Amino acid sequence: MNQVATPAATQHPVRAWSGVPVLLAVLAGAFLLHIAVGAKQLPIGTVFEALVSFDETVFDHVIVQNLRLPRAVLAIVVGACLSLAGALMQGVTRNPLADPGLLGLTTGAAFAVVIAHSVFGFTSMAFTPWIAMSGALGAAVIVFFISRMVPGGATPLSMTLAGAAVSAFLGTIISVIHLLNQDTFENLRVWLTGTLAGRDITLLWYVGPWMLIALIGGILLAPRVTVLAMGDEVAQGLGVKTGMLKAQLLAVVVVLSAGSVALAGPLGFIGLVIPHVVRLYVGSDYRWIVPYAALTGAAYLVSVDIVARVAIPPREISTGIITALIGAPLFVHLVRRRTR
Amino acid sequence: MSRLEALQIHAGYAETTILKSVDLTTPDGQVTILIGPNGCGKSTLLKTMARILPPSRGHVLLDGKDIHTLNTKSVAARLGLLPQGPIAPEGLTVRELVAQVRYPHQSLLRQWTQADEDAVNGAMATAGITDFADRSVDTLSGGQRQRCWVAMVLAQETELILLDEPTTFLDHKVQVDLMNLLTGLAHERGRTLVIVLHELSLAAAYADHLVMMKDGQIVAAGAPDDIFTAERLKHVFDLDASVLRDPATGRLVCVPFTARHRVSEAAQ
Repeated sequence: MNQVATPAATQHPVRAWSGVPVLLAVLAGAFLLHIAVGAKQLPIGTVFEALVSFDETVFDHVIVQNLRLPRAVLAIVVGACLSLAGALMQGVTRNPLADPGLLGLTTGAAFAVVIAHSVFGFTSMAFTPWIAMSGALGAAVIVFFISRMVPGGATPLSMTLAGAAVSAFLGTIISVIHLLNQDTFENLRVWLTGTLAGRDITLLWYVGPWMLIALIGGILLAPRVTVLAMGDEVAQGLGVKTGMLKAQLLAVVVVLSAGSVALAGPLGFIGLVIPHVVRLYVGSDYRWIVPYAALTGAAYLVSVDIVARVAIPPREISTGIITALIGAPLFVHLVRRRTR
Repeated sequence: MSRLEALQIHAGYAETTILKSVDLTTPDGQVTILIGPNGCGKSTLLKTMARILPPSRGHVLLDGKDIHTLNTKSVAARLGLLPQGPIAPEGLTVRELVAQVRYPHQSLLRQWTQADEDAVNGAMATAGITDFADRSVDTLSGGQRQRCWVAMVLAQETELILLDEPTTFLDHKVQVDLMNLLTGLAHERGRTLVIVLHELSLAAAYADHLVMMKDGQIVAAGAPDDIFTAERLKHVFDLDASVLRDPATGRLVCVPFTARHRVSEAAQ
């Protein structure tokens, strides 16, 4: 590891890129374990074989390739994207409680999908990503305009409050639609708790490329997020085009959040908790928080999904329920640590 | 000579014009201090000079070119700004804070270099904050924190440095230390400083070029010895005060009249 790679490398070795191999190893381990466990336990060796030299005549290989691998990949993508989006939003809004749900993004995406299902009868999942993205963007735009009307303009505080209000409002409408429309409720109720079970992997081919671009974009923008958090004038004085940077960050966050919602429903707490956990190890510079949040989030969601799949055999628990069950107490713990 | 000057600037926010036909030259390698009552436009002028606020009319020239048409990154290499009330992100260490100014100009191809490391260490040494480089900024006192922000501007390694009320909320000794540090930059290292200040005596003591503003216009500019007079303070600030020369330092100080003094004066 290069000593000058980071100014603080000498004080906090983990802050440099040196933590990346460790996290990648953890992620790889969780990934293989995720595929191995289930109704039929597979030896890790078989999983490995199925991945590197697939043989369609071997039944276990077919299980791995067709049933388990897609879900594990989905967990990695969604976990990384939600955590990275949460980290960026905490930086931009200077609000440690920010997450993709904050500016109404996840509720907006879920709302659009529910409306498309119940009112317009879109049942094909192929359209879901685009519907979710327009819903997330629409919610973000509404939140932005509401906060602009507040005296003092679109400050982090006014955007947070407007986001909470819009989220609550859209959430209520989703509930109303459920009460009025039994079919939508049946079709979407599992999705709305956030789940990785039985998801159509072909969706990933539609949204995956966009999410990958947004993921890379987010990591490239991250070094400027800390400067932006010091205030617009500080950032502008350093030659940062703040308006442009905020627009780019919004685009990244919308794609990541909406893509994740389309793939797995509105999974809670990941984007909120993971950046906080990462902070304990890498400090408060978003230059490091953002990439580490992506890796940690991926490993976390894969691990959580293992629990969701094996906790009460032969049935499964919705992944979103587990993320909330683990995330909420973890978050309370983190808040208590910070205030001490 | 002046690398940074304002020509006939009109500027303001939304519908309200705050600056009206302001001309300002900032002598190179000297300390220019802007004073004036609240709302007179001194911060607006500083922001316009730092290209944060575009003027509605007129031009700010940096090295003879309109600063608002120059590439903002190339301006950042020549001109540093410490605005009012910057925010230290929670938990950020002093070293990380100071290092931030080096990041906007990096890319995948140009990562952290020895020059960046030297600039950060040098700035922290100059500002006297090396001892707590690894402490979190939000655990520091107001004076220490202000020195961190000054170190951050220094680490940008610009010839021109603009500061908006850097001594606010600091006790007197810390204010004096900070002004000594800043004037040292100009007189010993040839930097050009433009500072907005509230403390009149501090301004008179440290300015090479003192600029007095009122109602969006400059009413006097020059050496403190020439323009810092009781009549002007009355005119600009509506302040009744004596201007005296300190026998020890030869500097001018402003001593406001007390209410009792006014009463006794009226009785005579």
